[in-house]
Amino acid sequence: MNASRLCLATPDLARPPSDFFKELRQRVAAGARLVSFYGRPSDDPAEVVLTAVFDAADGLMVSRASILREHGFHSLTRDVPAFHIFERELFEQHGAKPHDHPWLKPVRYPAGGAARPSDYPFYKIEGKEVHEVAVGPIHAGVIEPGHFRFMCLGEIVHHLEIQLGYQHRGAEALLLRGSPLALAPLVETLAGDTSVAHAWAYCDALEALTDRPPDLATETWRGVGLELERIAMHLAGLSGMCADIAFMQGASTYGRLRTTAINTSMLLCGSRLGHGWIRPGGVRLGVDGRTVAALTSNLALIRRDIAIINRHFCQARSVGHRLRGVGVVSTGQALELGLVGMAARASGVEIDARTRLRGELGTQLPIQMVVETSGDCWARASLRIREIDESLAWLDAAIAGQTTPAAAPAQRGELAPDRLAISVQEGWRGEVVHCLETDAAGALRHYRVQDPSLRNWFGLALSVRSNEISDFPICNKSFDLSYCGNDL
Amino acid sequence: MFNALKVRLSQGSQYIPDLRDVTLVGFRGRPVIGEPPCEAGCQACRDVCPTAAIAGPEPRLDLGRCVFCNECVLACPDQKLHFGPDYRMASGTLDGLVVGPGKAEASPVAVSEALHRRFGRSLKLRSVSAGGCNGCELELNAVGNVNFDLGRYGIEFVASPRHADALVLSGPLTRNMNQALETGYAGIPEPKFIIAVGACAISGGLYADAPSVDRSFATRFTPSLYVPGCPPHPLTFVNGIMDLLGIRPPRGGA
Repeated sequence: MNASRLCLATPDLARPPSDFFKELRQRVAAGARLVSFYGRPSDDPAEVVLTAVFDAADGLMVSRASILREHGFHSLTRDVPAFHIFERELFEQHGAKPHDHPWLKPVRYPAGGAARPSDYPFYKIEGKEVHEVAVGPIHAGVIEPGHFRFMCLGEIVHHLEIQLGYQHRGAEALLLRGSPLALAPLVETLAGDTSVAHAWAYCDALEALTDRPPDLATETWRGVGLELERIAMHLAGLSGMCADIAFMQGASTYGRLRTTAINTSMLLCGSRLGHGWIRPGGVRLGVDGRTVAALTSNLALIRRDIAIINRHFCQARSVGHRLRGVGVVSTGQALELGLVGMAARASGVEIDARTRLRGELGTQLPIQMVVETSGDCWARASLRIREIDESLAWLDAAIAGQTTPAAAPAQRGELAPDRLAISVQEGWRGEVVHCLETDAAGALRHYRVQDPSLRNWFGLALSVRSNEISDFPICNKSFDLSYCGNDL
Repeated sequence: MFNALKVRLSQGSQYIPDLRDVTLVGFRGRPVIGEPPCEAGCQACRDVCPTAAIAGPEPRLDLGRCVFCNECVLACPDQKLHFGPDYRMASGTLDGLVVGPGKAEASPVAVSEALHRRFGRSLKLRSVSAGGCNGCELELNAVGNVNFDLGRYGIEFVASPRHADALVLSGPLTRNMNQALETGYAGIPEPKFIIAVGACAISGGLYADAPSVDRSFATRFTPSLYVPGCPPHPLTFVNGIMDLLGIRPPRGGA
């Protein structure tokens, strides 16, 4: 039994929509956390099938109903802001309008739609002293594109509006074109810095549909790939934050330690970003005595040297001055917005799929969840530092006594018909959610991808309110969100 | 103070002295295709390739499309293919990206005398990602880190197109980035050139037929350098540029 995975017969959709929305409110009121809310085309083109996924006391739970697109539905966002981005997405993809939505704006500008990025309806603040600063879509560094519009009073940011969609490729549509068993290379590029987490979520859902769950050794080696990815990207984030505050020893040392981490991934799977590590049915790794010895010694090197730079980073007055109290997101805001992953934990919200939704791997080899409470850039930096330590400790335990994993078998198996499989994996940014649904013939009829960035971008916007505009880069880097993962 | 010294001591010397001579362990790089002819009618490698990178009766692999997923290697009944650790894969032409059977020669990038004269001692790059998934962007950032340190040759990424000599393009070219890409490239002063990085930018890669991709920019402008990979290794990028600009290898290490 794996709590991060749910596979169920597609429920009967013949129920009044009002019951469905009542159920959503009841689940939220009962303390369930909204994981996802999305639509898929119905057999009847006039309708759209809505699916809400919750993380409730008993694990993942699903509510579904079919509604008329033309009628739309009454938005839940004013009462439960965590629905906000999901309802916008639903309207853009399926035309089902969430009536009375307070912020109904484009998300991705998909093909076929009339909306263009140049038409975005920015929020306006009027006043003699108010001025706007527009940045992007092309930014100063080597980074993905997006547009930021700051409404400022002097140097102080009143509101930041983040307009994305520039990266939209149409990935979800592509996922339905290929053989469902051969999607891993595409899945690994949904958000290229989260390749392993996305590949795992895909394989986990697929293996539920083919009813071929992997053994514990395979799961363990997948976990090794995921934690190496987390360590590498946390190091990249720390290096970037150091560069943004001109703490150059941190920038270069965290940066070169990241090189060691990703070269370790390359040694095992041939790719610095973990491409090819996870495939349906197993893993594809060159594990032998030599590579395990290199893995062990590389991790030892990271553990030894990171302690030295961490000490310097945490004790440097300039670092504390630039990070403490900057870009604060309160626990209440994080909960209300439905922030996930690292950003939520840095604001005191205890969610981590690795501990909350653990399966056999998480039971046999538990990992410690890390939580910070101050919700500022400092919390998002020290959370990374502590999570790297936890991942290193976990890797030690995981690798000890591990044997060579069985090679991934040829991809085969029929998908069970009329099933909905949902998988949640805790990537380095937060929960990666893949929802795969089959039709009566066992063909894939819908593929929903959800990167944690989709929900966390609004957290960044909130974090810079009442901060100086000069602190935006460090706030942005502290969240380190994916543009492609959002835009798909 | 002591903390800084301890960090300095632990850091040691991290730079790679000769960027042209590195042994990568485990890297899935330049493919090698065996000589003996394939079984007549065998399509195994072509059938599993997610980007239709393999063509011809004798397999010829187009690195401009290849995402190095290794599926073809596993599918081949005769083990004719494998990906070696060679990172030298960049080319100045699309033809130069095609690898056929036989001994794998590193495809040479022809030195451009004109580019050597203008940019051989200083080249400023402007990156534009148009649908790049952050894989290419991470590796492009890495070329400036303490390990690869491309800045030693006067080659670096700059913040504005106005300061740049070349456009480094990544991603399959999304429709929604079309206008910004046009404006960004127009903002680079002449003379200028384009470097296409990764399978997506070179051919569309996995996203060649994606609904919101529009490759009209790529049909109007021809890159001077193609850097294959998904994502390319920093050394593939570095060596491609050094070859193109005719930057000579260092004497006696650094």
